[in-house]
Amino acid sequence: MKLDNITYTYSPGTVYEMHAIQGVNLDIDQGEFIGIIGHTGSGKSTLIQHFNGLMKPTSGKVLYEGKDIWQEGYNLKSLRSNVGLVFQYPEHQLFEVDVFTDVCFGPKNQGLSKDEIEGRAREALEHVGLAEDMYKKSPFDLSGGQKRRVAIAGVLAMNPKVLILDEPTAGLDPKGRDEIFDQIQSLREKRGITVILVSHSMEDVARYVGRMIVMNHGQVAFDGVPREVFTHYRELEAMGLAAPQITYIMHALKYRGLDVDTQAITIEEAKKSILQALGER
Amino acid sequence: MLRDITIGQYYPADSIIHKLDPRVKFIATLLYLISLFLFHTYIGYILATVFLVVIIKLSKVPFRFIVKGMKAIVFILLITVVFNIFLTPGKVLAQWWIFKVTQEGLIQAGRMAIRLSYLIIGSSVMTLTTTPNQLTDGLERIMNPLKKIKVPVHEIAMMMSIALRFIPILMEETDKIMKAQIARGADFESGNLIKKVKSMVPLLVPLFISAFRRANDLAMAMEARCYHGGDNRTQMKPLVYKRQDFVAYAVVLCYFAASIGMCVIGW
Repeated sequence: MKLDNITYTYSPGTVYEMHAIQGVNLDIDQGEFIGIIGHTGSGKSTLIQHFNGLMKPTSGKVLYEGKDIWQEGYNLKSLRSNVGLVFQYPEHQLFEVDVFTDVCFGPKNQGLSKDEIEGRAREALEHVGLAEDMYKKSPFDLSGGQKRRVAIAGVLAMNPKVLILDEPTAGLDPKGRDEIFDQIQSLREKRGITVILVSHSMEDVARYVGRMIVMNHGQVAFDGVPREVFTHYRELEAMGLAAPQITYIMHALKYRGLDVDTQAITIEEAKKSILQALGER
Repeated sequence: MLRDITIGQYYPADSIIHKLDPRVKFIATLLYLISLFLFHTYIGYILATVFLVVIIKLSKVPFRFIVKGMKAIVFILLITVVFNIFLTPGKVLAQWWIFKVTQEGLIQAGRMAIRLSYLIIGSSVMTLTTTPNQLTDGLERIMNPLKKIKVPVHEIAMMMSIALRFIPILMEETDKIMKAQIARGADFESGNLIKKVKSMVPLLVPLFISAFRRANDLAMAMEARCYHGGDNRTQMKPLVYKRQDFVAYAVVLCYFAASIGMCVIGW
């Protein structure tokens, strides 16, 4: 997937004119685990809607598997089943009488046979860790975390090759948050799909993703592995973001004269590096 | 699609019209609408056009923006014009099967078209230059005397401002849910009427649920702030007439007197 110099402007030519994203270039390979980070209003949500053709860029090109998706005759519907998008608070899109039928909505729109639809729905619900006895419940009787999993399953059931999640853990407690993240992680391993995670929390994303894209004022500020991105922690702060706490501790230790690895991002790495540095002294 | 509706939308700008008291604007709009139905001949409509153009120029709202709001009523306008052309009895100009085009019909249709479009433009100028809150404040003050006959004026005004406030929120919500369902392969455009209506279910169910949830939250938030209706409630920015408002009243009254005068002498 490739974004070529994408710009999107809201209400061009009026007083409400606003550049949501400007000149964004991105190359995304199959199987990558990417985190998109930026504070509120930095253009993250606008950006991801370009990936599956929900928004048409004011200028620039979106390419999927080498083809321009806004070319005449391009099948946007098939693109949308390849690129699954889970919106923020996805539980607000549930509408069916029971959980199972709601998850079937996506594959049904793809025009599959009944057996195939049910097989996919079952598989998707299993992958998000919902027990069989929930299938016939009304989605509105579930807890917040369960509803969200049903909604994610609804997109998964379409068997997308790319899964984009916009703040999948917003409004969940720490336990629910960890569960969702772990499930996304295992999903990626099981299905080998590309996952794009949108968030404003560095700490959450840093633990899982292999590549991090930082958005600021509608432009890509940094793009690289999390360790590398966190070395710019001062710039990140200026954007209203923060590096993980570990980064701060390591930098402070280094400043005080302890020779530690400032690129550590997990507690284990930090511990090892600190012990090593202390041992050397 | 939904963004084309400009009725009830506010256009921020720094103009004399924006600064006027909402009561003045409301009464002026009402008088203007009445005047549209007083005129008999084109001389009257020239006066109405001049008045409207001057107001729009003063309001600094781009004309393009106002015309955009007309899109919503094009259909109604067309029906009115067609019915008037074919169904008004009078001197026949052209005839085809059972349809007759009469001279009176043409005149009547033109008149109705002008009246309807000016009606919409006139009222959009008011809503474009007045924030919904100002508008309901103004209405509440205008209707104040009705309190004596036990009309719940404050409650009506409050409901109106809440309803107006929620229009953009619900539109945004619709947009969001629509996109979420499109991402799941829903199709809102193709198919026949029955299929289209059916395809609305995945949109309407979540929309209603979210509307009720929002209403509940709002009621709770209002209660938590001890809201209990209009009795003894004071306003943060009470409406007070300024000099410009009296001048505006004078101008509008002159215009209205002129229209009545023209009506009486049959122009």
